[in-house]
Amino acid sequence: MNQPGRVERSSLGWLVLIAAVVGGSAAAFAYTAGWLTPGRLTPDRMIAALTPPSGPPLGHRRNHAKGICFTGMFEANGNGVELSRAKVFVQGRYPVLGRFNLGTADPNAVDATVRVRGMGLQISAADGEEWRMAMINPPFFAVSTPEAFHGLLVAAGKKDREAMKTFISANPEFAAFAAWAKTAPWTGSYAEEAYNSLSSFVFTNAKGDEHAVRWSLVPTAEPVSIAHAELEKRGPDFLEQEITTRVKSAPQRWTMVTTVAEPGDPTADPSRAWPQNRRKVQVGTLVVQRIEPERDGPCRDINFDPTVLPQGVRVSDDPFPAARSSVYRKSYDLRAAEASDYPRTEVTKP
Amino acid sequence: MTNVPQRFAPIQRLLHWLMAICIIAMLFIGIGMVSTVAQKYLPLILIHKTLGVALLVLVLVRLALRLHFGAPPLPADLPATMKLGARLSHLLLYGFMIVMPLLGLGMLWAAAYPVVLYSGIRIPALLPQSDHAHTLLWDVHVYLGLALFALVLLHLAAALFHALVRRDGVFATISPLPERQRMKPTE
Ligand code: HEM
Ligand code: HEM
Ligand code: HEM
Repeated sequence: MNQPGRVERSSLGWLVLIAAVVGGSAAAFAYTAGWLTPGRLTPDRMIAALTPPSGPPLGHRRNHAKGICFTGMFEANGNGVELSRAKVFVQGRYPVLGRFNLGTADPNAVDATVRVRGMGLQISAADGEEWRMAMINPPFFAVSTPEAFHGLLVAAGKKDREAMKTFISANPEFAAFAAWAKTAPWTGSYAEEAYNSLSSFVFTNAKGDEHAVRWSLVPTAEPVSIAHAELEKRGPDFLEQEITTRVKSAPQRWTMVTTVAEPGDPTADPSRAWPQNRRKVQVGTLVVQRIEPERDGPCRDINFDPTVLPQGVRVSDDPFPAARSSVYRKSYDLRAAEASDYPRTEVTKP
Repeated sequence: MTNVPQRFAPIQRLLHWLMAICIIAMLFIGIGMVSTVAQKYLPLILIHKTLGVALLVLVLVRLALRLHFGAPPLPADLPATMKLGARLSHLLLYGFMIVMPLLGLGMLWAAAYPVVLYSGIRIPALLPQSDHAHTLLWDVHVYLGLALFALVLLHLAAALFHALVRRDGVFATISPLPERQRMKPTE
């Protein structure tokens, strides 16, 4: 038996054991952190792939970096209650905060050069419960998985033209998106675009019935198609100027249309549209009443994380919302830390 | 003090081990969730927030119990520097257990995220959005998280050293098992 408090020779074995336990724990931690598996797709790698060669847009969103804030109301007509117990579907008016934006990592991009237009939106229930979403104007997404999106960013960033060819042959779903980008009509206004969730979510109603859904904000303004060459002649910020004057003269409206999936519809893949004949339920109207520049506007400080959902809405088997939540969080962390590179009020140096 | 305890009270021992498991889980979940874009990110961050807030409540209970029951003395033959190290490291561990959840909550508030826990429990924001506060709290949550892991490893090594090498009864004071004769602390 050992004398208490004395270190015996035989304890060498124990010391080795202790070292092994501590070392093993540290190794498990490093593995969990991804430090031992550089191939893992992390939010940092996704952000690196989004970063243009000229460097990150300091103080700005790492994607959809150019945008302008809006505020207004969501007027629920009550039809949504059948599908989801989300409070904002109960007939009534709910305050909204949002952001029109362009799918680019360059906050100074020339408007006519950006194909994808988006909307960030937050609807608040009377008790403060929030629903955030970020939607874009193409009718389906470019790729099937977050990994493929990373692959697309990497391939598109390469000078070598073979890279894109290799990417497309490995991700044939991209062809439909490329065709959309080439042939879809352009409009001259954020107010004439439809913004689509693309990802599927699950609505749960008061009885507990579940439905996989996607939704779109369909403009009430008539889309006027404009030749791209015509848009290129407009100023670099024509979209922001146009929406500002347009909303000043009259509030702009979108109908929120929910599409309900049928069994077997591809809920996990936003690159695959559902058949046209799916049931559609109009759940309310978004009214945009006021536009404010992003720099000092209320949308600047919001991360339109599509997984901030009210009770009655949850994510589906679509892998994008989780991936986006993780990457948007990191993007927010970075841009908040860089806020001094994007000062809130324009300071003119003497 | 007239009645110095020989061991931590059963409720203290229970809380120590329950919280030890949960905090180690928190560290692994934290470091794992920030390095993935997989679907498990969402359940992981939900557990991280919910368990983190639960641990904040538990540490307050634990501190109250500590003030009420006290702690058994360290072995008389333990060198003074080691005693000081033990005391300081325990104090630090308590500090981390209080501060880490507060930093986590503050970080979310300062980023204008709604804090929604398991089963939809919502925690109202006590801080307004602030880039500066968010960045500070985020940095501190990250670095203290790593420091806490290092301290837990040290604490683990020290505990095993007491239990396996010194065999001085310190481990028995907090052991989850019923007391055994030969592990009794030395007077
Ligand atoms: C894995 C795929 C994706 C990645 C890595 C990604 C990345 C990002 C990042 C980093 C931001 C900036 C977030 C911030 O700092 O607040 C952003 C914003 C945005 N994303 Fe994505 N995105 C992805 C997929 C999508 C999809 C599928 C949609 C639409 C259905 C979408 C629509 C938007 C919109 C509209 C914004 C701007 C939101 C705002 O106004 O703040 N993204 N994205
Ligand atoms: C996250 C993990 C842990 C935390 C936060 C933690 C925290 C603490 C704290 C604060 C004390 C001091 C109690 C007091 O004086 O009031 C303590 C005591 C102790 N812990 Fe831990 N602990 C953890 C994990 C562990 C593990 C894994 C072991 C052993 C393998 C361990 C073994 C001990 C022992 C032996 C004591 C008694 C020290 C004494 O008698 O003064 N702990 N722990
Ligand atoms: C015992 C308590 C806690 C521990 C030990 C802990 C530990 C950690 C660790 C190790 C990380 C990873 C840091 C990194 O390397 O980036 C992390 C991240 C995080 N934690 Fe905690 N945490 C605790 C409590 C909380 C609470 C209560 C909340 C919120 C309610 C929270 C929210 C977060 C968030 C949001 C992140 C991600 C930060 C980011 O990168 O944006 N934590 N935590």
